[in-house]
Amino acid sequence: MSPEMPTGFFPPELLRILFTVICAIVIVFGNAVVMGYLERKLAGRFQRRPGPMEVGWHGILQLAVDGVKLVGKQLMVPKQTDKVLYRLAPIISFAPAIMPMVVIPFAPNLQGRDFDIGLIFILAVVAINVLAILIAGWSSNNKYSLLGAMRSVAQNVAYEIPMLLTLLSVILVTNTFSLRGIVEAQSGGAWFIFFMPVAFLIFFAATLAETNRAPFDLPEAESELTAGFMTEFSGMGFSLFFMAEYTYMFIACSLTTILFLGGWSGPPLPYGEYTSALWFFAKVYSLLLVMIWIRWTFPRVRFDQLLNFCWKYLVPFSLVHLLVTAVVVKL
Amino acid sequence: MTTIAEQGEHRYVLNMGPQHPSTHGVLRVILEMEGEYVMDPQPVLGYGHRMHEKMAESRPWPNFLPNAARMDYLSALIYNHGYVGVVERLAGIEATPRAEYIRVITSELNRLQSHLLWLGVLVLDLGAFTPIMYTFEDREKILDILEDVTGSRLTYCYMRVGGVVRDIDDKFVEGTREFIKWQRSRMPMYDKLVTGNIIFRKRIEQIGEFSPDLARRYGLTGPVLRGTGIPYDIRRAEPYSVYPEFDFEIPTETTGDCMAAYLVRVREIEQSLRILEQALDKLPDGPAMAKVPKKLKLPAGDACYAVESPRGELVYHLTGDGSDTPYRMKIRVPSFSNLSLLPELCRGMLLSDLCACMGSLDLVIPEIDR
Repeated sequence: MSPEMPTGFFPPELLRILFTVICAIVIVFGNAVVMGYLERKLAGRFQRRPGPMEVGWHGILQLAVDGVKLVGKQLMVPKQTDKVLYRLAPIISFAPAIMPMVVIPFAPNLQGRDFDIGLIFILAVVAINVLAILIAGWSSNNKYSLLGAMRSVAQNVAYEIPMLLTLLSVILVTNTFSLRGIVEAQSGGAWFIFFMPVAFLIFFAATLAETNRAPFDLPEAESELTAGFMTEFSGMGFSLFFMAEYTYMFIACSLTTILFLGGWSGPPLPYGEYTSALWFFAKVYSLLLVMIWIRWTFPRVRFDQLLNFCWKYLVPFSLVHLLVTAVVVKL
Repeated sequence: MTTIAEQGEHRYVLNMGPQHPSTHGVLRVILEMEGEYVMDPQPVLGYGHRMHEKMAESRPWPNFLPNAARMDYLSALIYNHGYVGVVERLAGIEATPRAEYIRVITSELNRLQSHLLWLGVLVLDLGAFTPIMYTFEDREKILDILEDVTGSRLTYCYMRVGGVVRDIDDKFVEGTREFIKWQRSRMPMYDKLVTGNIIFRKRIEQIGEFSPDLARRYGLTGPVLRGTGIPYDIRRAEPYSVYPEFDFEIPTETTGDCMAAYLVRVREIEQSLRILEQALDKLPDGPAMAKVPKKLKLPAGDACYAVESPRGELVYHLTGDGSDTPYRMKIRVPSFSNLSLLPELCRGMLLSDLCACMGSLDLVIPEIDR
């Protein structure tokens, strides 16, 4: 897995690809299970109730049982839907969620493939999710779904801009789009969060909106749109969206960790080449916990407030930030 | 009225309810939408119509007592109070002083739990899940206290003509005192968690503003009306039971928006606690039930009795004809008038604001349909 490894197509390379793909899928499913459990348990704790307790020790098997239930459900396709798109939408949402796992550097030696444009690759792939949500909303033939989908598109397009602008600030400093390069630029505790806390906050707010998490969860706003773009989905269609959401959250938090929290860096561990992934996961899950905490604390913003917040505050601030960073780097 | 086709192709109809998370019951609202904007909301009523008024007219008057609890399931005791009040007024019966105090205490507890539920639900409508669990924790305590003395948790049938069915004991008094302390300690938390929350404030401030004049035209009552600055509360305007003996304020706000209704209700929680405290201190001894003839016939004539429900003015109008079956009973429920404001209030509003507005009107649908 070192950069010097020859890139010809021969068995070790094939093995590596297989290994990477399996790891990616394991991470995606493992994360969905851990997050599903964490979210429900923590939501319970925030609300002064125990959360799932019945299945297994402290409800630890709840997600497995839910999985069986969801897999076992009949695939319902409502009448007058666009059947092809309706079936495709969850897949289009879920498939791109696996791909970024290939370029995320979990530890110095744990990375599927280091792209020079790894960052752009992730952003490009993740953006496909918007299309999936739009397809889901459109094909469901339900006005609530369509409203949710339209909100989602407007929201994602708007919040992509401050997100990219803050990314550029980081890129100006590191001079590379390679995720490994960005992490290595922060080695020795020189995390970017200490140098540009504003960028970190803007980026984190933008990721909340990009992943449709509260307080920006307008596309699925239960109390207004019943379940938004997911209204008509049940069984595996629903659970693919569900897993995709958690995976996108994981990716967003991974990106935040890589860009601002120094990726895998932390106090040295034995076999640090591999085990420093622990630091990576610790940081990612701390961020995810913050996301869960926010979700169970705040009400939802209104749609115009959401867009105002983006165009009137986040975009100007991130532009100024980019300018300041450029000047500082030039000096 | 112009049709959708005449107004342009970009209008569409969104059917909200009868099963929708934020209509809280079987209310259906037909929304004529333009994008996310609600151009014309039309409530459709009657999904929960059970002919309560007709039932009152077709059977002896005591048989209506359980019905009274089933109109507004969140303030059943106050509905109890209104019904026994109107029968007592028509038949010229006086309840014992202790019974009147018990009625006030249980009514105020009932009002508190209704307000607590509303607080959680409003915030739930705005997308925050957690406060409802906290308010339910408080509410649970009230339900436990009331269950001990009334025997039920939601649809109480506790009051009788001439008094209440069961006297309260020391355990009830102690439990209520403890609850008052507990609830006072909780209010700062709600202030921080909900009232002080910037997103919450931005969501409901200056939303659904209306003037006192509009409120009068639609016959609005309750906290929604007091939010516009009119201190109209039946407990003061048309005192009943032993309310004149207590010292409490009628909270008002002047802005008339959703935030005003919210603040009024939150401050009413404190006032209810004050009434409870005073009532427990002054609670007289004596029987909890007056001597009432076994077979009570309603004399010919009319009687009207208004009580303040958590949602506004509730009026029972009873006409007797000398038999034990009422000739006519008319019930004026507050939610019906409050809901009728919706089309005028919410025109041109965003869908999310409509949910906030319906939340702040605090509608109980079975009460509207009854």
